[in-house]
Order: sequence, then C-alpha cells, then structure tokens
Amino acid sequence: MSATKKEIISQLQKELLLLQGFKPTLNAAVHAGLEPVEAAFPNAVFPTGAVHEFLSEAAEQAAATGGFIAGLLAPLMQQGRVCIWISAARTLFPPALAAFGVTPDQIIFVDLQRERDVLWAMEEALKCEGLAAVVGEMRDISFTASRRLQLAVEQSRVTGFILRHQPRDLNANACVARWRVTPLHSEPGNNMPGIGFPRWRITLLKVRNGKPGEWQLEWAQGRFNVITENIALQPQADIRKTG
Amino acid sequence: MPKRFVAIWFRHLITDWLIIRKPELLHQPFILAAPDHGRMMITAASAAAQAQGIFVGMVLADARAIVPALQVFNDKPGLAEQLLKALCKWCIRYTPVAATDLPDGLILDASGCAHLWGGEQPYLQEIITRLKAFGYHVRVAIADTIGTAWAIARYGRVTCIIKSGEQATALLPLPPAALRLEPDLLERLQKLGLYQVGSFINMPRSALRRRFGQALLDRMDQALGREEEVIDPLLPILPYQERLPCLEPILTATGIEIALQRLLEALCSRLQQKSKGLRTAVLKAYRVDGKIEQVEIGTNRASHNARHLFKLFENKIPAIEPALGIELFILEAPHVEEVSPQQETLWTGGCGLESITLAQLTDRLAGKTGAYSIRRYLPVQHYWPERSITPTASMLEKPATPWRTDHPRPMLLLREPEPVEVSAPIPDYPPMLFTYKGKLHYIKKADGPERIEREWWLEEGPHRDYYAVEDQEGRRYWLFRSGHYDMNKPHCWYIHGFFA
Repeated sequence: MSATKKEIISQLQKELLLLQGFKPTLNAAVHAGLEPVEAAFPNAVFPTGAVHEFLSEAAEQAAATGGFIAGLLAPLMQQGRVCIWISAARTLFPPALAAFGVTPDQIIFVDLQRERDVLWAMEEALKCEGLAAVVGEMRDISFTASRRLQLAVEQSRVTGFILRHQPRDLNANACVARWRVTPLHSEPGNNMPGIGFPRWRITLLKVRNGKPGEWQLEWAQGRFNVITENIALQPQADIRKTG
Repeated sequence: MPKRFVAIWFRHLITDWLIIRKPELLHQPFILAAPDHGRMMITAASAAAQAQGIFVGMVLADARAIVPALQVFNDKPGLAEQLLKALCKWCIRYTPVAATDLPDGLILDASGCAHLWGGEQPYLQEIITRLKAFGYHVRVAIADTIGTAWAIARYGRVTCIIKSGEQATALLPLPPAALRLEPDLLERLQKLGLYQVGSFINMPRSALRRRFGQALLDRMDQALGREEEVIDPLLPILPYQERLPCLEPILTATGIEIALQRLLEALCSRLQQKSKGLRTAVLKAYRVDGKIEQVEIGTNRASHNARHLFKLFENKIPAIEPALGIELFILEAPHVEEVSPQQETLWTGGCGLESITLAQLTDRLAGKTGAYSIRRYLPVQHYWPERSITPTASMLEKPATPWRTDHPRPMLLLREPEPVEVSAPIPDYPPMLFTYKGKLHYIKKADGPERIEREWWLEEGPHRDYYAVEDQEGRRYWLFRSGHYDMNKPHCWYIHGFFA
C-alpha cells in the first residue's frame, strides 16, 4: 500500500515539475559514483543543458573546484566532444585535467582581456549546439546575465559552468545550482605515507527544485566515491529564496 | 573586345594641390623649388607665374628678378608620386585596374567599364568634372593603346576619344614628343626637320632603326597597338572580387548590410562553383569624399557560407563611417583555399574539433577578441612544467605524444613560482611548514621529491626538486627547492601550484 502511495507521490511530483516549466534532462551523462549527489536534483539526474555556478574563495578552493569540474566534464566530453574554457585570468594547467579522465587537447581555451568579454563569449559559446560544455571564469554575474545564459542553454542543451572566484555579492540568479568545493584531507589508506586521492567537501548551496546538501567525495581510479552521505543543510536565509 | 585605356594628365599637379590646400594662392604667382647643384631650381610653377615668363627648370634667382613678389615653397621629393597614388586609389571607382604614370599622369584600363556610365563621352566627362571639382586641371583621352591615349591627352587638339583602330590617323599631326621619347632622340628628330609623327611614321623600319635605334620603333609599336603594353596596377587584381556601385550614396547601416549581403552571395556562389572557400575577406567602402573605409574578417577554415560570413562582418559594420555616403562597395577575398566537399556533411552527434559549427563559433569569437586569444594546448616531450605544453591555434593539430598522468601535476599553476619561507629537515626531506602570503601551513603529508632538470641544452640553471604537500586543513600545494641543498647558502623554496 505504502509503495503505491510513494509511486503516486513521485508521479505527482514529476507532473508538478512539468507544470512549473522544468524540462526533464535529456541524454544525461553518466557520472560514475556520483549517484548520492545526483539524488539532490529533481528526478535524481544531474542536470546537463543547464548552467551551474561554483564559488571559491581561495586559490586552493579554486583548484579543488577545477578538479571536481574536470570529473564532471569527463563523461560529457566522450566521443571527442569539445569543451570551451573562457577566462580573463586563467591559471589552470591543462595537463592536470588528464588525471580526471579529460583529454586536455579537446578543450579550447579562450583567454580574454576583460571580464565583460567573458560573459559575451560565454553566451556565444553556449548558443553553439553540440558542445560538451562551456566553462567561464568570472567574478560576478547579474541576474539578467545569468538569465540570458539560461535561455541560451535551453535552446542548445549545452552545459555551462560558471567559476566565481571571490564573488563580491551572492545575488539570486538563474543558475540551476550553486556549488562550493573545499579540499579535505586525503587518506592514502593502509597506513601508506604520502598523499592519497584528492578529496573534497561538496556543498550544494542552492538547487532549483531540489534539496541542498553536503557530501564528502573522493576522486579515485577514474570515478567519484562518496565518503560520507548527505548531511542535510540547515535551511538558511539565502537558501530559502531558491525555487 | 578591344582594350580601351584612359590617360589622365594633370597639367599642374603640384600647384593645383597647393591651391587646394591654400585657396588664397589662386591667381598668385608662386613656385616650388628644390636645391640642385648648390642653387635653387624651380620644379613647379603656378599658371600665374608661367604667364609672367617663369618656367620649370629656371634658377630661382632669375625668377625672382622677373617677378619680385614671387612666393616660394620648398618641394619635397616624392610629393608627386604620393599625390598620384592617392588620386589613383580614388580612381578605382572608375575601373579596378588603375596605375600611376609618373611624373604627372594616371593610366586607367577602362575596357568594359565605360558603358556603366552610359558610354565613353559621359565616362570621360564624369572623370573631368569630378577631378575639376577637387581643383585639378586635367586633360583626358581614351584610346585603344596606352601610347595613343597618353599622346592625345597631352598633345591632342581635336577630340579626346580615339575610336578603336584609328590610332595611326590620330597620331599623324602630333609632335614626336607625343611618343614618349628620350630628350636626345627628340633633339635628333628636331634637327632633321621631323616635326610631326606623320613625317616619319611611314618610313622603312630598317632605316629608322639604323638612325634612331630600337627605342623609337618600340614606342611607335606601342602607340599603334602592334606591341602589347601592360600597366602595373596600383592595387593588384584579385581573382575573387565583387564590386557594387551604388546609384545613390549609401548612408545607413541597413544599406551597408544589404550591399554586403549581395556581394557575399555573389562571391560565395562563385567560390562554391570552384569548390573554394575564403580565409580572409575585405570589404572596402569608397566614400563620396574620396576616402576608403575598410573592414576585414578572417575565418578559421575556408568557408563559402554566405550566412556565416555575414555574421562575422555584422560585428564590424559599426566601424564603417559613411560620412557623406558610400558610392562603391568592393568585397575581396585575398586568401582563398580549397574546400573539401566532405566538410559539408553534418556531424552527427556532438561537436568535434573538425566540425563546422565549432569553426564558425571560433571565427565569431576571434572576430571580436582577436585570433591570438583562442588556443588549444598539446603535450610536448618535456618534463619542465613550463615547457610541457605548447599552445596551438589550429583546431586540427593532433598531439604528437600522449598526455602523461604518471606524475602528479597541479590543477592551477602559477605563472611565476613565488618564493615561500620554509623550514625543512636537511638534506632533502619535504618541508615541515611553510609561510605563503603571511599564512603558516603545517605540512601533514608529502610526496616527493620529483627532480626535474632544466634541460641544459635549452637553458642554464639549477634543477628543481618538487614536493606535493598537504597542510593541516587538507589543502594541497606543489612546492620546490631550487638547486641542491648547500650549507653555505640560504636555500630557495618556491610555491608553483595548487593541487585539486
């Protein structure tokens, strides 16, 4: 009896999402080992064809974010698909991406002088159908600008990642999710010396139509491993605004 | 179709130009002079000065004696050539093949152009009136050969249009100087009493050659059309070029867009027939006031897609300033390449590096930000981190070596390694703590060292011993010590990157 009730509820939830104009994610990429995190999203699918926002304060955080994004990019960039990385002050070192299953020569780097060109170039790139993903590094993005990017990806179904280093104000915007990645102690295991696989604390601050949460992840042997399950975040003032 | 050439003779090129710049000089006797063998020689004299008996080649002192109120300007060498080049560029609105003819003329190849102005009479009239409006006194002639047109422009009395095949009759009454001969040859003809072309043109060729040399025969043949003469056009003719003259001057952006659209369609259909595509294209807009505005685009891959090319130009249209209006548009494709027909097939699935949509996107980005800002990186067989990758602008270049994952490399690499304060056990243990940007980091875990040599055949200097370290909060860094540990020297530690 309860099983049927659950089914009915989930069915109703899906209908509600459709009524709210939320399009189901098509041709979702398979992120091995990321299932517990994906559960936070509607329909338990990582939304491709949407714009994600990543916050970082220090360079160490930015590096961890880069690693996490590289892990997300790897399945998107299958079959020789191209990713475009747009930035005004890039420090990313392409060979490091190879360790996360990304072929660095499939990434086209666009290095611009001014930050407002980044926004223009990102919108232009997001309109280009068939790209695996577009990554843009920018400090701040206004609601209008994020809405423009959202409209672009709704047409083209390209996934966008915005890396915001030291954002000045955390305004509401049209991105589908807001993430924060912080580095954690690695565990080499078996009492081995040295540094183990990279570990991060993944915080999902905002999700549209989903549940924010926090996980501890490790990237090992070409896949994500969830170390600790979701610690549901206390609803905060800025989280309540989503939706 | 016979060739038709227009010769334009500027009778007072430099003085007219000076009067245009200084209108108060009109009707004033003035001259231009340049130093020659320690005295000032007159190189150009105004009409008013000539009327008072001053001629080119006179010594300035003599001229001053005749006309005390003479105004003298310094003549810059190369001024006439500079002026003619600018006028020649302006004349491209009448024909694509225009050349300068030093010291005071222009030659236009008008074959197949005059009918666009309604015949040769209105064509010449238009040239004369437009140049006159600028302030230049010109004489113009059109004929089958350059030689005849040149002669008629300078020495003709009757008509300025020589019908096809009538060069010989037109030349008969002219003086021998009309044949563009050397001064000593002219002097010899003068001595012999040959004052007209007609008096020697029908002499036996062997006799003429014996007495006057081959030069006279060559000039005669050129004028009569027996020998082909080519001109060196100021702007080289490109095989892929489209022209669009406008009835009314174009002033608006919409007008420019329509013109561009038409030119692109014409050019692209021509390119398509030859299965070629353009890599660069230049749109030139000839303004009414004689200036030329131009914008240029480049593509990553040869393309004959009019819609894509139009998009690239679209961003640049605001840069064209129409001023009083644009009367001629020229679209040129200076760089054309073969297009393989496979390119046209749609790329199924995603967008690979070879796909057309990607090439079009990079063209759009490059059009706004410059091509140098777009690059990919390929691995190179070097361990030294700064040399381990090489940028490439090509989308098709394949990596020569595989990407290596056997050594850890940081996600972020600093442009320049930054020095850090370190306490490390000697001689080559990883550090225990380090200070970076005023913050103390206690190192909990470390890997290394990984020694990387500087590659002495490329660069001199100490090697680096790299350590991957993790601090008390789990943040991971890439540190190195430059060179060997040495008791007597302070050791230099640097931070070079951040691991994911």
